[in-house]
Amino acid sequence: MLSESGYDGKVLAGGQSLVPAMNFRLAQPSILIDLNGIDALFYVIPGRGGGLQIGAMTRHRTVERSDLVATRAPLLHAAMPHIAHVQIRNRGTLGGSLAHADPAAELPAVMVALDARFRLQSARGERWVPAADFYIGLFTTALAPDELLVEIAAPPQPPHSGWSFQEIARRPGDYAIVGVAATVYLDATGRCTEARLVYLSVGEGPTTAHNASAILRWQTPTVEAIAAAAHTAAYQDVDPLADIHATADYRRHLVEVLGKRALTEAFARATEPHPSVLRA
Amino acid sequence: MTERTPVTVTVNGIQYERSVEARLLLSDFLRHELNLTGTHVGCEHGSCGACTILLDGAAVRSCILFAVQVNGRAITTVEGLASDQNHLHPLQEAFREKHALQCGFCTPGILLTLIPFLAENAQPTEQAIRTVLSGNICRCTGYQNIVDAVLLAANPLP
Repeated sequence: MLSESGYDGKVLAGGQSLVPAMNFRLAQPSILIDLNGIDALFYVIPGRGGGLQIGAMTRHRTVERSDLVATRAPLLHAAMPHIAHVQIRNRGTLGGSLAHADPAAELPAVMVALDARFRLQSARGERWVPAADFYIGLFTTALAPDELLVEIAAPPQPPHSGWSFQEIARRPGDYAIVGVAATVYLDATGRCTEARLVYLSVGEGPTTAHNASAILRWQTPTVEAIAAAAHTAAYQDVDPLADIHATADYRRHLVEVLGKRALTEAFARATEPHPSVLRA
Repeated sequence: MTERTPVTVTVNGIQYERSVEARLLLSDFLRHELNLTGTHVGCEHGSCGACTILLDGAAVRSCILFAVQVNGRAITTVEGLASDQNHLHPLQEAFREKHALQCGFCTPGILLTLIPFLAENAQPTEQAIRTVLSGNICRCTGYQNIVDAVLLAANPLP
């Protein structure tokens, strides 16, 4: 149906972003293709080797309450309560949020930080796209007009890895002024092999602080290294805009503060015993 | 003639059958087709919470759902809370006791948000109450009396 309707058709998932846009007449699709009856797209199951596979229509609230997500993707679990309000989460879907690509959204940043992959399907076949390659511009993803996001696959967390999610909003449920999803990986000697800071609400989409990552790579994550990485993230990796909620300078300040908090928390988690050890 | 779609939906335990345009919002369906005007429309984009109803027991925004999407489903609106004309729901009693409404515009949405919350959180903290209410805007009360009403409902006096 999607390939037949071309640019006039939109898929309806949770509708928590699309229908408001329609009510404002900002979006005026002539055809809505309702995905809510496709039971096969609603699931949270274990992935290969300890990861996760989540169907694109899975409601935020289901992900929020899933024990499987809490143990296998705690970063995702931690981000969920920040998404809007419970009423929105009861209806909104993981795939819908990820495909909508709001620059202030939590989930795109989380998926990039997790190195998740998305399965896209169309009448022409299917393909996998890494989250980092999926976000290409403001509200713009790699989805072709006839493609549907059907599944999100998150890889297993290796031992000696850590995570943190930080967000500042004026009130619970408000759009983030700045947020960050962080994942860090250590080798057996305690040196950082990779540190990812993926910010939301600082640009057109999830923004990875690559220069900050370079500072931490192959270093011992000391207080000084963390501070330097957070400072670099704020002054070399992001170029935030001003709007009615915050000035650019304040956003930059938050990038540094939240970056420091996130890295500190993530590295602390990376040095804790691995969950699989605790379960034994 | 605009195409119409049949919808069968149970609202507050009563089954209704109507024929509606696909573009009709659930909030407008409840108010105009069923004359259940207790569900209020504030912002029409999902932010204010005044339109919140229960869909199969879960609190959702009726202003960003289409009526055709609830075919075969069960809805609870504020009109479904009181057991009869003389007996309010205990939560409504607590709101009355604690003066938790003034103009009342936000109240239906708040009540319906709280019903599933209290079913799962029998002894909520004040913080938990304030967090669950973050999706409902009240311009009159400043929320304090609403919080007090919820605490009273959770801990009824003997």
